[in-house]
Amino acid sequence: MDRREFLSAIGGTAVVAWMPEIAFAQRVAAGYGNLLILVELKGGNDGLNTVVPYADSEYYNLRPRIAIARDQVLQLDGHSGLHPALQPLMALWQNRELAVVQSVGYPGANLSHFRSIEIWDTASKSSEYLPEGWLTRAFASSPVPKSYAADGIVVGSSEMGPLAGGGTRALALISTEQFLRQARFANPEGSSRNPALKHILKVEQDVAQAASSLNADYAFRAEFPNHQFGNALKTAAQVIASKAGVAVVKVSHNGFDTHSGQQGVHQRLLKELAEGLVAMRAALQEIGRWDSTLMLTYAEFGRRPKENQSGGTDHGTANAHFVLGGRVRGGLYGMAPALTRLDGNGNLPFEVDFRDLYATALERWWGVNPSVALNGKFTPVEFIKA
Amino acid sequence: MKRIATRRHVLLLWLLLAPGAALAAGTLGFDDARHLLNRTSFAASVDDINAFATLTREQAADRLLAWSGSRAGTPAPGWVNTFESPRRVRGMSDEERKAFQREQFEKGVELRGWWLAEMLTTPSPLTEKMVLFWHNHFTSSLQKVKSPTLMYRQNLLLRRHALGYFGDLLHEVSKDPAMVVYLDNASNRKGQPNENFAREVMELFTLGEGNYGEQDIKDAARAFTGWSIDPDSGEFLFRRPAHDEDVKTVLGRSGNFDGDAVLDILLAQPRTAEFIVTKLWREFVSPSPEPAEVRRIARMFRDNRYNIKVALRALLVSDAFYAPQNRAALVKSPIDLIVGTLRQFRFTTGEVTPFLFVSRQLGQDLFAPPNVKGWPGGDAWINSATLLARKQLLERLFRAQEMLQPAAMRMNRDDGERVKDIVKPGANGKQRFMRAMMEVHFDANRWLSQFRPGDPLLARVVLAADPASPQAAGVQGVDMLRQLVLDPVYQLK
Repeated sequence: MDRREFLSAIGGTAVVAWMPEIAFAQRVAAGYGNLLILVELKGGNDGLNTVVPYADSEYYNLRPRIAIARDQVLQLDGHSGLHPALQPLMALWQNRELAVVQSVGYPGANLSHFRSIEIWDTASKSSEYLPEGWLTRAFASSPVPKSYAADGIVVGSSEMGPLAGGGTRALALISTEQFLRQARFANPEGSSRNPALKHILKVEQDVAQAASSLNADYAFRAEFPNHQFGNALKTAAQVIASKAGVAVVKVSHNGFDTHSGQQGVHQRLLKELAEGLVAMRAALQEIGRWDSTLMLTYAEFGRRPKENQSGGTDHGTANAHFVLGGRVRGGLYGMAPALTRLDGNGNLPFEVDFRDLYATALERWWGVNPSVALNGKFTPVEFIKA
Repeated sequence: MKRIATRRHVLLLWLLLAPGAALAAGTLGFDDARHLLNRTSFAASVDDINAFATLTREQAADRLLAWSGSRAGTPAPGWVNTFESPRRVRGMSDEERKAFQREQFEKGVELRGWWLAEMLTTPSPLTEKMVLFWHNHFTSSLQKVKSPTLMYRQNLLLRRHALGYFGDLLHEVSKDPAMVVYLDNASNRKGQPNENFAREVMELFTLGEGNYGEQDIKDAARAFTGWSIDPDSGEFLFRRPAHDEDVKTVLGRSGNFDGDAVLDILLAQPRTAEFIVTKLWREFVSPSPEPAEVRRIARMFRDNRYNIKVALRALLVSDAFYAPQNRAALVKSPIDLIVGTLRQFRFTTGEVTPFLFVSRQLGQDLFAPPNVKGWPGGDAWINSATLLARKQLLERLFRAQEMLQPAAMRMNRDDGERVKDIVKPGANGKQRFMRAMMEVHFDANRWLSQFRPGDPLLARVVLAADPASPQAAGVQGVDMLRQLVLDPVYQLK
């Protein structure tokens, strides 16, 4: 019996007095009315050509072929500016709904895609392996209300990432239509003492419960751009528009592993990113959810400051990330990339631990104690309005 | 120890075994034979079950192990003897590079197809289960190694030793070019050690976490310096000038060790045998190894010069293997599900590409495990997306024949993006995929003719335990089979 079942079995509140950690969870359960959307930029987005340190001559020295020219940059302040393909985001910036966090990373950076995303997903140290995602741990200690369609939904990928492992009610789906069509395969009946069978039956029940409360037919006026990322966001918006909520949605934007011929590809990827995020904002405003939504981008790593011989960039470390939402306190956070302090591999030092971002989402957005999910104390970045 | 059976016990035993054929004392009987074959051979045909039912545990294990082979019967793709260094890319124009990458990609698909075809047709499925086991233990991935040729050669190596001696396997795989690339030993040089291989050889290949210190890793890494590859031939190359000749201390022993000496130190640790037996247990017996049994079998394993057959045999004749609580206790991997289903029901297939696609969609891309720890397996195989995709596959396979074409069209609609993904590049990829889907054929009448109408034996062949969902009554033929394979229990072995 997990804690959730245990609590509901004995009526919940009665035990709160002698379980302080759960008392915390109970008190803030309403926090999941705030929605978190995670946007994974798969392959490792090039932060330096996304948020460009255009006033730093070292940037142009390191990237003679692929740097974004100073006069192309969309200036955020006297030092940093966005890639021109991100033009649609400027409206959010001017509206102070976009926070840009620079130099996000972690100690002992791992340069393998798989391992580094595992570190991000499990919020582990770079030297430890944790079996479950950071959200799984968060939801285990501070459960999402049972009335929700699911704790979280992963769109467009069968890897559960931050929702992997444990007793989380997390669903992976490609499209709501396909999910609802396939959900007929899930049978909500049945129980077993066989642990493996129990797990399968639980997944079937989660599918059946979500399918009964999700619908795929909200007619948004907002138009989503017609590409894979746009479609994923459209699916996410359908889930969010359904009556029964979810606490978190994860979407992926693929193709950021730009080892060669980066410029054209990256231009397209960022354009798609910006178009998608702006469409999502319009859709969320339409259903009155923009002020209760926090969107965070993340990736396994940034890319190396020095361009390579193929007009691309190799795996790096610290990176810039975006935070968007109706209650975001817009502006620049973290530290501009320290291009003169590269390590032995030619990679950047970090300033903001990625778990600081997670701590912000957990504590400031949901009111959940972050130390359980993150296995330690991290300092929230104050990009959410009080 | 002598077993004393009271009359009541004998009666009980007789009642338990009665549904099977008349049993000689100590022979497996139908359900045990089915369990053994299902766990070790992807599937269990009625003929094989009947043949094994009359054997004792020991005879059955010996027969399976005697069938094992060390070479693949499926002809290898034509290119496996040419090595094209991924480094060639450096001097290429954009166009040449794209063409080269496309070629490598297609070779990768062919390589996966070769192995899957071998799994589908081999007379010794246990060999393939073990090759896959070692692929998931001594992981390497095309994603990083980037050379299909080196990955093919590694597969041959794993195959040669799949049921041989673990010590030989460890020594050889440590010098395997794909491994040398995968764990960065090619850049492990005197004065600039790269600890990646040294760490993983202890943590994941031999001792397991917590049985060594950071200093052991540092010194072991120095012992492996100079183990590299020849970039032209793709062969292992010992670069003596890059090798650190100073004294190293590993697990309390000191000397001017080279890599082989460190591997021998690791093999001398009882923990190594226990670690491997634990992993074999999780693969073949249950998710929860019994420490005392593991130690007993590990001692046999080490005393027999790490003969893998000795360890596997001990597991396959153990009480734990046949214990009621360990039936249907393991989740089928995507490969178990796909190969098992195609073998169990004697599907005929054309090109196997669609199944490579499905396997990847279900989370198991052959030759490309997600990271050095391999596929996590167990319950992690099943989430809402993979479970629904598993059922979707099964539903398609067990549709009536005339439905196969629309089924293929539906595959198009749902999975178009992903199909493009695996068969890219090449404009005809999608058509090839669709054609291959339509060549998949199941002769339901012939398969069902093995059973009398209403024969309860049928469900016992298909499922590892009683169905979890109520089975609709009066359903016949392929519809009944579809109902059985869509039951949650079909995901278990």
